[in-house]
Amino acid sequence: MTQSETPWVGLIRTGAANLASVIAALERLKLRWTFIQDSQQVLEAPFLILPGVGAFAPARQRLQEEGLDMALVERFLADKPMLAICLGMQLLSEGSEEAPGVPGLGIFPGTCRSLGSAEPLPNMGWKKVHPAAEEGKFLPRKPGWAYFAHSFALLQAPEDWNAALSEHGETPFVAAVQRRQVLACQFHPELSGGYGEACLKAWFRIGAGSAAESKPLEGEAEA
Amino acid sequence: MKSLRIIPCLDVRDGRVVKGIRFQNLRDAGDPAACAARYQAQGADEIVLLDVSATPEGRNASLKTVQAVRRCLGIPLTVGGGLRKEADAARYLEAGADKVAVNTAAVENPGLLTALADRFGRQCIVLSLDCAQRPGGWVVKTHSGKKDTEWDAVVWAARAERAGAGEILLTSWDRDGTGQGYDLALLQAVRQVVSVPIVASGGARTVAQMAAAFEAGADAVLAASIFHLEGRTVQSLKSELAHGGIPVRPLENAL
Repeated sequence: MTQSETPWVGLIRTGAANLASVIAALERLKLRWTFIQDSQQVLEAPFLILPGVGAFAPARQRLQEEGLDMALVERFLADKPMLAICLGMQLLSEGSEEAPGVPGLGIFPGTCRSLGSAEPLPNMGWKKVHPAAEEGKFLPRKPGWAYFAHSFALLQAPEDWNAALSEHGETPFVAAVQRRQVLACQFHPELSGGYGEACLKAWFRIGAGSAAESKPLEGEAEA
Repeated sequence: MKSLRIIPCLDVRDGRVVKGIRFQNLRDAGDPAACAARYQAQGADEIVLLDVSATPEGRNASLKTVQAVRRCLGIPLTVGGGLRKEADAARYLEAGADKVAVNTAAVENPGLLTALADRFGRQCIVLSLDCAQRPGGWVVKTHSGKKDTEWDAVVWAARAERAGAGEILLTSWDRDGTGQGYDLALLQAVRQVVSVPIVASGGARTVAQMAAAFEAGADAVLAASIFHLEGRTVQSLKSELAHGGIPVRPLENAL
């Protein structure tokens, strides 16, 4: 595949999110990427990543100010490849205990809750992640170890989504959900070594069918 | 279940990894990106890079070093050393750090921790706490160990957590580079007053010392000399730890 035929990845800048790790992961996979400039690009990007570290309310507000929130919902309804990471995943839910009254995008049901203090908070470090269902539709299907850095999470997997779970103390929480081309990870795939890379590759494989139809942006790949 | 993170530390001066005893008598220990990639392949759970450059030129070089390390690293990277203000943190995070560690600047202005946590999220903000034992407790050291403060280290740890620190890198100045083992009493004392993760640092030479740190409440153990100078692999440490019943992330097919 020549470079111009490589599908590109649109990266949303959610405020203070540290994007360098995500960018480095994409570049190790030899993928072209560009920062999303407007809501039109949210709809057009062959692949889209909503990363996120930081606080729920300001990140949500920024999506709204830039008019990206409705475009994200529209993109979801159009079933185009989307990857949400950490706070990005929480933003796709209905809201978070971290910011009562601030609505999430409601792409999947459920409100994020505090993990509780059975173990140190934030939950920072590596945990084993395992597919929720025996039949293991979640990709990758095998369990693995992933890196987390968060204090809030979805505690129950939304119906009709393939889920992977982990635990904080005795409390199970949702480590990732996936439905068709949308993957939302509470962990950081870009920091989760071989397992994280397997997640990224699985997501790209799932999305590759629709992405092949989109044309790359000319001259927008950044180093 | 919580697993113990193994964190090789790269002290970087003017673009090279160095290692000394009690932050003195620095010896060259290799290229940072090459070291980081090697430790990652061995199963390191995270890399800490501390800039110990003495000059502005050295500090600028460290940004390039962070970028180079980031390119090859698919695991978390914490960067510290000489971080004075919010803009320094932003530069390190932009260059590829996932977390930034602050010591002196936070002691001089604890509000910096709050400002950093508000802007970047507390999971990005590590309090680097260098401690020296004194009768009846520990005091905080700043300026790479060159200055003693009158601050009680345990009290400061609790205060820093309230101010916004999301993790504490707890270094025993007395043990650093000596191989005498982590200061377990210090670890236990800080564990009692904070709920954020603690990275034990200073004095590691053996697996038993790492297991003891875990039992004393450490979420992660940091080491430098045993990797750079003694040639121990992360993999061999982890398999010994696992054998002894300490939960660690098993080695996977690396990147």
